[in-house]
Amino acid sequence: MVTRPAQPDAQGQKTQIHGVDALTVVPRRNYAIWIGTVVVLVLAALILKAFASNPAFAWGTAWGYMFHPSILRGLGNTLLLTVLIMSAATLIGTAVAIMRVSPSPILRTFAGVYVWFFRGVPSLIQLIFWFNLSLLVREVSLNLPVFGEVFSVRTNDFMTPFFSAVVALALCEAGYMAEIIRAGIKSVPSGQAEAARALGMPYRKILRQIILPQAMRFVVPPTGNEAINLLKMTSLVTFIAVDDLFYSAQSIYARTFETIPLLIVVAVWYLAVVSIMSVGQFYIERYFGRSDSGHEPEALLSIVSRGLFLGRKKERDNV
Amino acid sequence: MSEARKMNADRFGVPAESMIFARNVRKTFGALEVLKGVDLDVPKGSVACIIGPSGSGKSTFLRCMNHLEKLTGGIILVDGDFVGYDLVGDKLYELRENQLCRRRAEIGMLFQSFNLFSHMTVMENLIQAPVQVRGTHVEQAKEEAAALLARVGLSDKEAAYPRQLSGGQQQRVAIARALAMKPKVLLFDEPTSALDPELVGEVLGAMRDLAESGMTMVVVTHEIAFAREIGDQLVFMDQGQIVERGNPREMINDPQSPRTREFLSRVL
Repeated sequence: MVTRPAQPDAQGQKTQIHGVDALTVVPRRNYAIWIGTVVVLVLAALILKAFASNPAFAWGTAWGYMFHPSILRGLGNTLLLTVLIMSAATLIGTAVAIMRVSPSPILRTFAGVYVWFFRGVPSLIQLIFWFNLSLLVREVSLNLPVFGEVFSVRTNDFMTPFFSAVVALALCEAGYMAEIIRAGIKSVPSGQAEAARALGMPYRKILRQIILPQAMRFVVPPTGNEAINLLKMTSLVTFIAVDDLFYSAQSIYARTFETIPLLIVVAVWYLAVVSIMSVGQFYIERYFGRSDSGHEPEALLSIVSRGLFLGRKKERDNV
Repeated sequence: MSEARKMNADRFGVPAESMIFARNVRKTFGALEVLKGVDLDVPKGSVACIIGPSGSGKSTFLRCMNHLEKLTGGIILVDGDFVGYDLVGDKLYELRENQLCRRRAEIGMLFQSFNLFSHMTVMENLIQAPVQVRGTHVEQAKEEAAALLARVGLSDKEAAYPRQLSGGQQQRVAIARALAMKPKVLLFDEPTSALDPELVGEVLGAMRDLAESGMTMVVVTHEIAFAREIGDQLVFMDQGQIVERGNPREMINDPQSPRTREFLSRVL
C-alpha cells in the first residue's frame, strides 16, 4: 500500500499526522553576537565610570550653568538663527529648484551656477565675506533719474554680525536645499502634471498644488538632515562674534576656565534640540506620507503635524 | 456662435455639428515624423474609436487635440475653436496661458495610467479643478462630485486615496474627475490598457453609459469589441497616417485595406 503525504482535502481541512505538534525549533547559536554584546557592555561600563568618577567633568558645575541667563540667551539666538536661515534657505532653494527645471536655458544655467558656487565655497569663508562686505561696498543707495537719491545706507549700518550670519548661511544652505527640492520635483511622475494640464490648471497652480506637495515626501527626510546640520553649523557665527550658544559658553569659560563643564552644557543643549527636531520630522514625514498608508494617522498626531505645517485649508481636511 | 467660430467655420468649411475637425495634422519630434497629415471629423454626440499598432501616432494625435502637444502643421478645431491659438488674418497667435487653460478645461482627457493626484483623496481629486480653475464654490463642487461618484458607482470611496483603489476604480474616478469639468468632449488614451483583464469590463461599462448619454468621445483603444459595439466611426492608423475609416461593424467584418486586415487578424 502506498502512503501519501497528508494533503488538504477539498474543504481545505488538513489530515492529522501524528506528532506534528510536538516538533520544536532550536535557534542557531551566534557566538559572534554574544562576544560583541559583552564587549559593548564592558565599554559602556568603562565610559560611564569615567564620566562619573573623573572630577574634571564637574557635573555639578555643568548643571549650574545649564539655565544660566547668558546660556539661555545664546540658545535663543542659535534657535532664531536656525529658524531664520532655514526658512530663507527653503524659499530661495525652492526658487532656484524651480529655475533649474524651467524650460528657459538661461534660468537653468543661472540656477546651476548658483548651486555650484554656494555649495562649493566653504560656509565659514562665505560668512566672513558677508561680514566684511563693507570693504567691498561702502554704501548701498538707490538713485532714480527724476527723484534723485531715494535712500542711502552705509553697509556697516545694516550688515550687523547677526544679519550677515543670516545672509551668508541662508545663501549657502539654499544651494543644498535647491538640490533636495529639485530631486523631489523630479520624483513626481510626469503624468501628474499632465493630468492637471488637461484639466485646465495653469502652471503656477500645478506646481503649488500638485507637484510640490507630492515632492514633499521626498524632500522632508533630507531636509531634516539639513536642518540638524544647520543647527550645528550656526556655531560658526562665533567667528564673527554673534552671541549664539557656543559663543556664550566660550565667553564664560574664558573668564572662569571651566571649559569642560561649559562644553558639556553646550553639547547637552544641542542634543536636546536635535532630539526635539527629530520628533518633529517624524510627524511631518507621517503627514506627507499619509496617502501611502492604509489609514489616516491618529487624530492627535495629525493635529500636531497639521499645526506644525502649512495650515491647510479647513474644508480640505473635512473631506 | 461666437464671431471667431463663425469665421473659422466659413474659412475652413467646418460642418455645423462638428466637435473635432482636424485637417492635414502633422507632428514631428526632431527628425521623427509621427503624424503625416491626418484628417478627422467627429460630429457632436458621436463616438470615434482610433485603433492601430503602437507607434502609429494615435496617442500623439489625441494629445494634439487638447494641445498637450503642439502641432507642427495643419489645424485642429474643437467645437469650432483652435485650442491653443487665435486666428487673426493668416496668423495663429499663441494664446495666453489663462485663455489656453479655459479652452482646455472644456476638453476632458483620460490616461492609460489614470494619473489621479496621488496625494489627494478621491473627493479632493474631483473638486480640485472645478474649484481652482472654474472658481466653483467648494460646497457646490462637493455636491456635484458626490453625484458623479454615484454615477460611476463609487460613492463609498470619497475619502479613499488613489493607492487604496483598484485600477478599474481609479479609472472610474478619473472619468468622474473629467466629468466634473462638464467637458464638451472626452478624449480617452488607451483607458483600459493598464488594467487586469477582469477590471476592463467595469471601465468599458462606464464609458458605454457616457456614450449613451450623448457625450462626444474620441477613444484610442485596443478593445475592438468595444469599438464595434459603441463606436459610430472607426479609424485605423498606421505609421502616422489614417489607412482606413468607416462604420466599425462593416470595417471589422470586411476591412478593405490589407494592412487593416492584417492588424485586425492579429488583435481579434
